[in-house]
Amino acid sequence: MSVKLTIIEQMEQIAREHGKILAPLKEDLVLADCGLDSLGFAVLVARLEDSLGIDPFTAAEDAFFPVTLGEFVKVYEHGGR
Amino acid sequence: MNMAGVEAPSLRHSVANLKAPGFLWDRAASARFTDLDRGTSLGLGISLAGRLADLAGRSVLLATTCQLTTALALIELDAIARRLVILPPDVEAEHLGAVIAAAEVDAAVIDDGTAAALVLALPVRVGCAPSIVPMDEALPARVATEWLLMTSGTTGAPKLVVYDLSALTAAITAPSPADGAAIWGTFYDIRRYGGLQIFLRAVLGGACLVLSSAGEPVGDHLARLAQHGVTHLSGTPSQWRRALISPAIRGIAPRYVRLSGEIADQAILDGLRAAFPRATIGHAYASTEAGVAFDVNDGLAGFPAGYVGAIRDGVEMKVVDGSLRIRSSRTASRYAGGEPKLADADGFVDTGDIVERRGDRYYFAGRNGGIINIGGLKVHPEEIEAVINRHPQVRMSLVRRKQSPITGSIVVAEIVLKSDQQRTGARQIELKDDILKLCREALPRHKVPAAISFVPALNVAATGKLLRRQG
Repeated sequence: MSVKLTIIEQMEQIAREHGKILAPLKEDLVLADCGLDSLGFAVLVARLEDSLGIDPFTAAEDAFFPVTLGEFVKVYEHGGR
Repeated sequence: MNMAGVEAPSLRHSVANLKAPGFLWDRAASARFTDLDRGTSLGLGISLAGRLADLAGRSVLLATTCQLTTALALIELDAIARRLVILPPDVEAEHLGAVIAAAEVDAAVIDDGTAAALVLALPVRVGCAPSIVPMDEALPARVATEWLLMTSGTTGAPKLVVYDLSALTAAITAPSPADGAAIWGTFYDIRRYGGLQIFLRAVLGGACLVLSSAGEPVGDHLARLAQHGVTHLSGTPSQWRRALISPAIRGIAPRYVRLSGEIADQAILDGLRAAFPRATIGHAYASTEAGVAFDVNDGLAGFPAGYVGAIRDGVEMKVVDGSLRIRSSRTASRYAGGEPKLADADGFVDTGDIVERRGDRYYFAGRNGGIINIGGLKVHPEEIEAVINRHPQVRMSLVRRKQSPITGSIVVAEIVLKSDQQRTGARQIELKDDILKLCREALPRHKVPAAISFVPALNVAATGKLLRRQG
């Protein structure tokens, strides 16, 4: 499964578990508006570490967080290489 | 109950008056402690041998390597040594100097396994062997002995807690005639508070005691307990969970099963009930500083709310900021060395254990210092573990903090399943979903583990408590 698909599947799963409704998951979707709250994102990052084997944010030296879904996916695609 | 001017009997004296042939069984050796009436086990076994008189009035570090010799030395030296400083096997070498200084140690009881240079450099060292020989020397003059125990905290230097024997034994009620034939066993080490309680209970009640041995596999220990026909068995919930996995558990049928030292959740109480349908199953609350506070024998987790605010068996409890505080004649007198006060101005000891009232019962939520902060919301790992442990396939679990770039922390769970085959089997994803579903139904969202992993085993510290990693 591609990195992007894994991420989208996990987001949908967490939204179901947390009773949230996701906005349509397009590349330019601003994450802050996607429907998951900060706890949802914390769970997402933890689960992606499980399934993809990396946590690019905790490993990074400077604190940054991508703004759009497309950027978020890129961070994982880069980290995965 | 002491009359003014009448001293409580020393341990040696209590033992001498027993009618039962109390045995202590270790893995490699055994001893009949009632023989200490006219015998000694000191000055035996190794070349540095000394005599009982050499230890009189001193602050004595019990630094033998097996529990049996520690047990014999405790009986012998109560009311003879000024202090009995009980050294658990897992105290790190770097802390030994501080222990010796804080307790003003000037003598040691050792065996041929004692290796620490600081101990071997003490001015008086007396050997102790697990055999008892007739004694020709008169007992030295009687002194009031302080018993020094080490706290079981997992980080930093251990604190030394000072007790007198009457406080240590205050929770031990006179045995009923039926107890005379008791064969006690414990998963604890008797060199810590929980195990020492069982040792004193057995010795004062004239029972026999099967001691645990460092590094002994659980199955072997259970086989020894079975061989001696154990009737009363005590351990932490973690130790019991490990024992229940072992097929050797079927070899024992104790009449009394006791849990203490950690939170006894409903799952482990039910698990023990299923394993031992006819046994009395009780969980006790005690801490090294506060002593034994109460026993609960109704098979339910937590304790009746009426215990708080009342005085029961001389024990008074109150809850301040969620934390349980205890005042009783069973608490320690003080810390040794320059440590801060053990009790508050009213004589209450703050246990640091957080309790929550639900209906007519209080439940233990976790340790005051063990709280995990998830984006400002507080979580006790123990309350999540209690929910996970309810799942029929789960044997034990550990919930820990995981760093999160978003909320600072998040909780994840490591789980030991009852059947190890399921850990890697085809059902594991389904099982994870099922456990998470249980968590979502019982817990608010932030307490549901972000991830679950199945592990073959969890580490249990020498204290019998689940090892919680920091960070």
